[in-house]
Amino acid sequence: MSSATELTDLTIVQGRDGLRAKAFTAVDLTLAHLHAIEALNPRLNAYLSVGHAQAMEQARAADAALAQGDMRPLLGIPLAIKDLFCTTGVRTTAGSKILMPFVPPYESTVTANLLRDGAVFLGKTNMDEFAMGSSNMTSYYGPVENPWKRRQDATAVLVPGGSSGGSAAAVAARLAMGGTGTDTGGSIRQPASFCGLVGVKPTYGRCSRWGVVAFASSLDHPGPFARTVRDCAILLGSMAGHDPKDSTSADVPVPDYEAACERPIKGLRIGVPREYRADGMPGEIEALWQRGVAWLRDAGAEIVDVSLPHTKYGLATYYIIAPAEASSNLARYDGVRFGLREDGEDLRDLYERTRAAGFGAEVRRRIMIGTYVLSAGYYDAYYLRAQKVRALIMRDFTEAFAKVDALLTPTAPSAAFAQGEKMDDPITMYLNDLFTVPADLAGVPAMSVPGGLDADGLPLGLQIIARPFDEATMFAVAAALERAAGFVALPTLRAGG
Amino acid sequence: MAYALQGRTGSWEVVVGLEVHAQVVSESKLFSGAATAFGAEPNTQVSFVDAAFPGMLPVINRACVEQAVRTGLGLNAAINKVSRFDRKNYFYADLPAGYQISQYEHPIVGKGEIEIECADGSTKMVGVTRLHLEQDAGKSLHDQHPTKSFIDLNRAGVALMEIVSEPDIRSPDEAGAYLRKLRSILRYLGTCDGNMEEGSMRADVNVSVRKPGEAGYRTRCEVKNVNSVRFAMHAVEAEALRQIEVWESGAEVQQETRLFDSNRGVTRAMRSKEDAHDYRYFPDPDLLPLVLDQAWIDDLRVHLPELPDAKKARFMRDYGLSAYDAGVLVAEQTSALFYETVAKGRDPKVVANWVTGDFFAILNKLGRTFENPPINAAELGAILDLIKDGTINGKIAKSVFEEMVGRAMAPINVSLTENLSPSDSFSIRIDPLTIVDEMGYRQLTDTGVIDATVDKIIAANQDKVAEFRSGKDKLFGFFVGQVMKATQGKANPALVNETLKRRLT
Amino acid sequence: MALDPATVRRIATLARIRMDDAEVTTLVGELNSILGWIEQLNEVDISGVDPLTGSAHMALTMREDVVTDGGYPDAILFNAPDRIGDFFAVPKVVE
Repeated sequence: MSSATELTDLTIVQGRDGLRAKAFTAVDLTLAHLHAIEALNPRLNAYLSVGHAQAMEQARAADAALAQGDMRPLLGIPLAIKDLFCTTGVRTTAGSKILMPFVPPYESTVTANLLRDGAVFLGKTNMDEFAMGSSNMTSYYGPVENPWKRRQDATAVLVPGGSSGGSAAAVAARLAMGGTGTDTGGSIRQPASFCGLVGVKPTYGRCSRWGVVAFASSLDHPGPFARTVRDCAILLGSMAGHDPKDSTSADVPVPDYEAACERPIKGLRIGVPREYRADGMPGEIEALWQRGVAWLRDAGAEIVDVSLPHTKYGLATYYIIAPAEASSNLARYDGVRFGLREDGEDLRDLYERTRAAGFGAEVRRRIMIGTYVLSAGYYDAYYLRAQKVRALIMRDFTEAFAKVDALLTPTAPSAAFAQGEKMDDPITMYLNDLFTVPADLAGVPAMSVPGGLDADGLPLGLQIIARPFDEATMFAVAAALERAAGFVALPTLRAGG
Repeated sequence: MAYALQGRTGSWEVVVGLEVHAQVVSESKLFSGAATAFGAEPNTQVSFVDAAFPGMLPVINRACVEQAVRTGLGLNAAINKVSRFDRKNYFYADLPAGYQISQYEHPIVGKGEIEIECADGSTKMVGVTRLHLEQDAGKSLHDQHPTKSFIDLNRAGVALMEIVSEPDIRSPDEAGAYLRKLRSILRYLGTCDGNMEEGSMRADVNVSVRKPGEAGYRTRCEVKNVNSVRFAMHAVEAEALRQIEVWESGAEVQQETRLFDSNRGVTRAMRSKEDAHDYRYFPDPDLLPLVLDQAWIDDLRVHLPELPDAKKARFMRDYGLSAYDAGVLVAEQTSALFYETVAKGRDPKVVANWVTGDFFAILNKLGRTFENPPINAAELGAILDLIKDGTINGKIAKSVFEEMVGRAMAPINVSLTENLSPSDSFSIRIDPLTIVDEMGYRQLTDTGVIDATVDKIIAANQDKVAEFRSGKDKLFGFFVGQVMKATQGKANPALVNETLKRRLT
Repeated sequence: MALDPATVRRIATLARIRMDDAEVTTLVGELNSILGWIEQLNEVDISGVDPLTGSAHMALTMREDVVTDGGYPDAILFNAPDRIGDFFAVPKVVE
């Protein structure tokens, strides 16, 4: 039987194989992770809640099923669930004070799918409040520490990225074998890049949003984190699928993503969009990008120079549309039917006090922007204009995909930064999402794969973007990149480390 | 003559537009699978979607879309094959999400029209600007607790059709006629039950005034949630008078939302502070454009029931009825159906007189409707048959009718008729002939007896005979009356007339 | 389109978020900065472009008119901060 440390180092594929080969049990696997969480979570603050009893019960049930020869793809695999997914009977806070008391009486479709396929849920992970942020610093429940440390300064506490910082930190630190996140402006891919993980934002509508606390409805994408491309493919295969309860859910069959990872990429055309550069971007990132291009070329792909001319307008477009939708989606948090309530003299007072007390500064700021850009007289100038620019951004992708099968870009314009950095003004923080936001606006699938380390020993990610519903090609390219990159570095803070 | 109100400075014209919110007849709600039935225990017909819990999403109900399209077709309106849902954002206790899903720039139905019948018998076309689908809000109860309001979300999410008229209405009478006609069309189509007391149909009355001949419209005010046709008509007048007073005092009418106080007969401003509702409409990102198939729309059109206007025209043409009588009969499908059942194989005008006269009167008196009349179409028809074949005369028939109703309403029998089902229209439970015989109502047609009676009356009233023969024609009625009295009303009127004419002239 | 404190207060009222003077002042600065940064979209030539309202390229799917939901008042009221009987309670509203 493997030791506890080795168990937490396993990939999902290894875990699955080991369980089926009876090398260890699901209970072993879950216990190992629960112990690791107990040891490391007080420092990392990746988990907001840990469901010991429920996890053990699920693990025992998995063992019983395994004994019957049950071949479900995630049977007994312990996962971390972002606290944006409603889980029946388990408190769901969205990283906010306003939902601190909220216990959902229903299960999100995505997590129900994972449970259907036999997964074990270890707990709910920390996140930027209402998914608004790129550092996990806006969580009411405190920041998350990135398990990676700078070589030059091991005392600096780094951010894991956001908004799905908790899931990313948990998976990176081996406190879970995989995790769920949501990506609205980059909130899966950017933390994946900061934490040396694979993170997938699938096509819009690929995964159901039912039961996922809404931030920006036309931009929210549930998706997986894992330590390998193939693990993510397995997770996505389980999470994805049509949901009649979500009107924006795509009625498109789910192919075998795991098999797609084996597809050779010889002859595929890979586009390199010249606009994916930022002022002040470290030279290392540009260098990694070039290395990525070379790897793909060596694997037989054809490299094509492309242009996505409206890339630089992505952030501004996003910061009109996302706050606008959020300002409306968050109107339901009013202290009447669930969540925090602050008493008031009258109804209006109750609303105003509850929301002032329950929402953090970033959330309040975005609600204000959203309310403003939708308000009388400004709709055309802001929201309508932004939706038109969004159409142009989408057209850029459509035109590029007429020439190429996938795009390769850096994921983020920097490696993980320290807590407290980039806090001078909101815009500096927003710039983290420069390379990730366009794929959210266009709804095209995109994922981040760890490409290498910077001079400070911090992971840097490479992003692959593909055509709508062509995650298969995206996984094929990602797997090729992963093989070539040979990323084996481990974070300093990790289970058994 | 156009309706006008008199102010201190002269005549004023009233301009009215009506926005009707009609609850759609459907089993479940517009965007959720919760039930819509009226009168359920609080919060028992509420899904997590209706209560706007985190992560909940809307899914549209096909039947509600169908009902909206059918209503549009019934209003002769353009059906927009592509329409869109928008969020109307505002905060209120009965609006769980903090926004209402509605349709703003691209409604499902465009321009249409309704023909209304005014009190003076004239008809007028009132334009319909648009019809769109939207969610209803929940209910707040403000009188259950000293310091708190109670919220029941049963109604939250029920489908509403908002039907907006052009500002073509010019009087309280026209407003009433429009509402009644619209309700009739909705009930014919089965898309809304039009029950204003229960709140399944509500009207917002937009009123402005202007001097006759004045171009353009002055500022209007909206009187919200009027829940009866009568109140809508009163509200028009009350609000118009208020506005006239404002203008004549030299001030300007401010645009505002008001409520109609039916007890005092005036409108008053709503107490919620202005903050000029900025609804921040934007397309609902949880929904996609609603795209309708032309073949589907055509199929709905083919299967529409005959609507009031068409039925009225047919009644006038095929049964020779007056516009007024036809209008009365087609106001409800049930009365029209009842009429046609009785009229089959009988004199349509006679039937119309009976139905619009005695039958309507007895329904009113007993608080019944054509859905549960005390006697059915077959039974009424049987009475009319007895007149036709001479068994009884018209006046006696009314006594037979009353006696039949009385027997039907007797406690032992009333349950038989309370929940009349359509199939009962054809079975005769109380035979009028039995009553005729029991009460000795058979018509007297024996000419010998009539002659003898006439002679007796003439002999006893020689002075009047002389007066009649010298030119006082009106006295003929006196003789008829005396003969009828002498025969307990049973003499055949035609024979009486004929005999009297022979004897008197 | 620079925001002034009065506008910020009006928006805060629309958004039903209580705000003291200090926060209003801070927000005036932050929001103006963000809105100024967003102005760059004015550079884009959007003539003849149809706005995109979401990246899902489909039309609305309709569901059948069957009662499939509701009927669980306790679950609906379970998280209520103020529940009285089978109602949600709020401070009394005067219309």
